[in-house]
Amino acid sequence: MYRYDEFDYDFVQQRVAQFGDQVERRIEGDLTEDQFKPLRLMNGLYLQLHAYMLRVAIPYGTFNSVQMRKLAHIARKYDRGYGHFTTRQNIQYNWPVLKDVPAILKELAEVEMHAIQTSGNCIRNTTSDQYAGAAADEIEDPRVYCEIIRQWSSLHPEFTFLPRKFKVAVTGATTDRAAIRVHDIGLAIVKNDDGEVGFEVHVGGGQGRTPMIGKVVREFLPKEHLLSYLEAILRVYNQIGRRDNKYKARIKILVHETGIDEIRRLVEEEWNRIKDTALNLPLEEVDRINDYFAPPTFETLDATSRSFEVKRFEDRGFATWVRANVVAHKKPGYAIANISLKPEGEAPGDITDDQMEVVADLAEKYSFDEIRATHEQNLVLPHVKLDDLYDVFLGLQEAGLATGNLGLISDMIVCPGLDYCALANARSIPVAQAISKRFADIERQYDIGELKLKISGCINACGHHHVGHIGILGVDRKGEEYYQITLGGNANENAAIGKIIGPSFAYDKIVDAVETVVNTYLEIRDGAEESFLDAYNRVGMAPFKERLYA
Amino acid sequence: MSLQIMTANRLLGGGVVYFGENEEWTDHFASAKAVEDNDGAAALLAEAEKAEANQLIVGPYLIKVERNEAGLQPLSVKEGIRAKGPTVHYGHGTPANSSGSVSSGLVKE
Repeated sequence: MYRYDEFDYDFVQQRVAQFGDQVERRIEGDLTEDQFKPLRLMNGLYLQLHAYMLRVAIPYGTFNSVQMRKLAHIARKYDRGYGHFTTRQNIQYNWPVLKDVPAILKELAEVEMHAIQTSGNCIRNTTSDQYAGAAADEIEDPRVYCEIIRQWSSLHPEFTFLPRKFKVAVTGATTDRAAIRVHDIGLAIVKNDDGEVGFEVHVGGGQGRTPMIGKVVREFLPKEHLLSYLEAILRVYNQIGRRDNKYKARIKILVHETGIDEIRRLVEEEWNRIKDTALNLPLEEVDRINDYFAPPTFETLDATSRSFEVKRFEDRGFATWVRANVVAHKKPGYAIANISLKPEGEAPGDITDDQMEVVADLAEKYSFDEIRATHEQNLVLPHVKLDDLYDVFLGLQEAGLATGNLGLISDMIVCPGLDYCALANARSIPVAQAISKRFADIERQYDIGELKLKISGCINACGHHHVGHIGILGVDRKGEEYYQITLGGNANENAAIGKIIGPSFAYDKIVDAVETVVNTYLEIRDGAEESFLDAYNRVGMAPFKERLYA
Repeated sequence: MSLQIMTANRLLGGGVVYFGENEEWTDHFASAKAVEDNDGAAALLAEAEKAEANQLIVGPYLIKVERNEAGLQPLSVKEGIRAKGPTVHYGHGTPANSSGSVSSGLVKE
């Protein structure tokens, strides 16, 4: 796992000291709110509906037990005993007070954490595949390149005040679990015909009020040119991206209005000018960073485990959890264990301080001290021996963390919505809780199969509703909460933006509407093997619309 | 002119506050000072400006309210949630606010 170097240490320490001074000056009245706001946003501090909110970075979603215990301690000491995992693999606290924030940042720095690049019009924390380094379908570990991008972008003077925020995601696997096609820049590690490894570069994807699927700007980029090519894209955006209209300032609008061919020409022109400069990635530096992500010392094990199979036979709850939450590992005898943060009736992504401690203990004991946060608001223990899975399950079960619903209808991405967020138009969490209760029967969820339901409380789309197989968008209709349904969205390598099915539904009708959509699918599917998305793609909107508005 | 009250967030804690009948900033929506003319609104804005300058509050704004037999009522779901807290439980079972399901207790615009 990556560790701070001296440069990182000094940089974060300076930031903590600077922000402590800025908070003091704000409280003393030497800084106005207008002067202070951009400074607090550069340190992840928002002011929400009821309180400040601090968003803490977990670069590419990878962290360890010491860091998790620190997050638990912060939840306990400075907040209200819980944290909320976000769709950028970060964690946020909903109740810190201003005067405590410098102390929180100081405590985070003790465990090599911070809140930099979690807010503002900068290059945000790069996200990645939560199964990086463990997935069977991986070409290379994407976190190496996420870390290189982090080092390049954190203090880049040219890109501190971009027209808008800028999000990058990297996947190293053939299955896209990082939603790279709905990012400003999406990078897929690929092999070319000569067997060389490089990047397929996507640009101009995003959600929000104008959702777009990214377009391929370069089919194969040699690895050593990663930073020069990213810099060329950012330069073109920084120079001609719109700053006059916040709603048209993301690079997706520039790509859409300018056209991908012209964007490609401009990027390549700039790239050819800078590609053989200091931005060339020295391979020895790549190797050095690669060493930080060296695989753990896996044991040589049989591909199957008798004790695992016996427990799966004996304990139905364990079998259910394994069925949904356990994924094949690249090493025989190991597995990837997903921890769902979507128990029935709870707020998706929330976790208490005590639960954080349990996850930290399990990671330390059973997963080479590694934890991953996922953009779908869950956690992962990436390297668990099959022999140990039952003990992990029992530990999770005792802490209320053994819900076996990964990828099922109750495993929703949900933004904080109007219960917390100053921008929201409608509540998201209570809608998710009601859906989770309506579909509480796990056998029914299995019968429905893979179904990605995503809920946003406003058009900013933090809940990724555009790419939900079923998407729900909260809207304000004359002061009342209404909910629009979209169908057919998809965030993986076949990314698609969902289409609006029709008029929106009142708060007390939306769960019934979702159930009608699901029941329609169950009636029309071509056997249990046909997923919701496949059925929708086969039959289109008509049968769903007919049933919903009958 | 509609009935209005002044709200903001506390600078130090971030909590929701209202300018009160007793000419102090209060956490309680029900204790807010309501005005219904331009002079009253201007006076509330002046109080907010003073409190901002004294680092008491941040982001002040006027909201429309209604008075019924139960007292002052917010007119939007958002202000109802600001007044009472999240409608969902959180952390170690911190209860949801009493507006709980949908928007009961909230008067709509």
